[in-house]
Amino acid sequence: MSEKKQIRIATRNSGFIDPENIDSYIAAGGYLALAKCIEEMTPAQVIDEMKASGLRGRGGAGFPTGVKWGFAAGYKSDTKYVVCNADEGDPGAFMDRAILEGDPHSVLEAMAIGGYAIGGNKGTIYIRAEYPLAIKRLKIAIEQAEEKGMLGKNIFGSDFSFDLDIKYGAGAFVCGEETALINSMEGDRGEPYTKPPFPAEAGYWDKPTIVNNVETLAAIPAILTKGASWFNQIGTETSKGTKVFCIVGKINNVGLIEVPMGITLKEVIFDVGGGVPNGKEFKAVQTGGPSGGALTFKDLDVKIDYEGLAACQSMMGSGGMIVMDEDDCMVAVSKFFLDFTMEETCGKCTPCRIGSKRIYETLDRITMGQGTMDDIENLKLMSTVIKDTALCGLGQTMPNPVLSTMRVFEDEYRAHVIDKKCPAGVCTSLLEFVVVDEKCVGCTLCAKVCPVDCISGKVKEVHVIDQAACIKCGACLEKCKFDAIIKR
Amino acid sequence: MAKLNSIADLKKLRADLQAQAKAKTDKPLVNVSLATCSVASGGRDVMEAMKAEVASLGLDVNFMQSGCMTYCYAEPTVEITLPGKEPVVFGFVDTDKAKLLVQKYVKEGELLDGVIPVGYERVVL
Repeated sequence: MSEKKQIRIATRNSGFIDPENIDSYIAAGGYLALAKCIEEMTPAQVIDEMKASGLRGRGGAGFPTGVKWGFAAGYKSDTKYVVCNADEGDPGAFMDRAILEGDPHSVLEAMAIGGYAIGGNKGTIYIRAEYPLAIKRLKIAIEQAEEKGMLGKNIFGSDFSFDLDIKYGAGAFVCGEETALINSMEGDRGEPYTKPPFPAEAGYWDKPTIVNNVETLAAIPAILTKGASWFNQIGTETSKGTKVFCIVGKINNVGLIEVPMGITLKEVIFDVGGGVPNGKEFKAVQTGGPSGGALTFKDLDVKIDYEGLAACQSMMGSGGMIVMDEDDCMVAVSKFFLDFTMEETCGKCTPCRIGSKRIYETLDRITMGQGTMDDIENLKLMSTVIKDTALCGLGQTMPNPVLSTMRVFEDEYRAHVIDKKCPAGVCTSLLEFVVVDEKCVGCTLCAKVCPVDCISGKVKEVHVIDQAACIKCGACLEKCKFDAIIKR
Repeated sequence: MAKLNSIADLKKLRADLQAQAKAKTDKPLVNVSLATCSVASGGRDVMEAMKAEVASLGLDVNFMQSGCMTYCYAEPTVEITLPGKEPVVFGFVDTDKAKLLVQKYVKEGELLDGVIPVGYERVVL
């Protein structure tokens, strides 16, 4: 592989063009794919080309886009809808916002192409209201595209018409799930429903609907301009093209990256990401947000594609990558993500509503030092049952953080339960703050700052912390100028 | 604005736009990343500071805004293209550095710290 490890397809224009000026997009080859489809290709040919490209949905599930379009094209209906899922909700993921703010026309163009391919004339972008700049730039882009005749009636002088509007979401994580999203768009509660019928048959207002993620859409004009055979040479056997990741946490080059599928975790963390700061050891990376799982220092040679991540109990997800170093406790990390999904579960199905709460409570007990070996076994059992029985993607993937961290770090869970220790020194209930006798000069600062007066000792004599009374706030450790207090 | 009626119209418009852009390459181009994250870290102030410095030095420079340049760790980021040279992206730009960039790099062609290397291949249509 060449020195340049990134290939920018979905993010090809972000940072290079003025997102508020359609001419800037056209100069970069914008709308050529739409024009080519309308003038030179039949809808069936567009779908065949999409299937041949091997593009899979970038929102998380990885369903082949061309196949999805083919299903929707197969149903007869007077109205069909193209929906753009811009309800980006994973903690630490912001690629959809970046694309919409940096290159909104690529998404509009792809939606119009999707409409042409399935025989639909209406499109809706479902975007969270927390993205005001993206919304502003989308509105400008829609207006300019209508003025130039690339949206609206008789696009490029043909008899194909396509109208777009925007709907705002209130930022519920579950609304990224396509059936919950459709409910929310119709003004109902954002709760998923059982498939089938799939949206391709009966989705928005019970009409055939395709729901595509922002990043998926942004890649489509490039694929159709340069051809499926160009795109499907990039990537692996089962996962073609590139994937955008947001790489955050304990990493030097925090930011957005777009890398070919099949790149190893090692290349992502150390070459593209620039490694872990402050000389710390790389421990794990959470991929796929709260629905995903941890790839660890043992998985550095794993090739990143849909199947490679699934084999590690993780998933591609929308592409958040949260990097953790030796100072992070895997039990606490699992608890953090379960706290998130417990808050975000819509409550419709029992495994997800009650299961998330029970897993969270168990993890909480373990981090408090009150866990038992039964808890560890129960975690595994509950996780497996929830995966098998939850209604939608949120619940089915919710136990992933637990299962994937247990895969490699079960010893860390055991340390919390058996030794009542947190090896990474994160879980405060399991920590002890102690005075190092040789270093203490008896300055009394720690005793003064202690909020519960549990530190005793005379001036110029070694001080002692009463472990039974200590609330582990860490104030003494911060205050001590002589490094005479340590946590262990 | 006239509507485009064919792929030929579009290709002609694109060629015209590219020619216009090429005609501008005899002037330096300053491209400031202005996505939410860049704005939050002070990108707009950087843009204003550079415009003010360009005006006070009496230079002739084109400005543009763009979206995310992908270097979150180094925001605000500014890309400067001098005539006949490859674009250079500078990171960690604050208003003081913005002025320096105009004085040193835009005016004199003298590189400053904070250059972000290009680690990607951009797909061009």
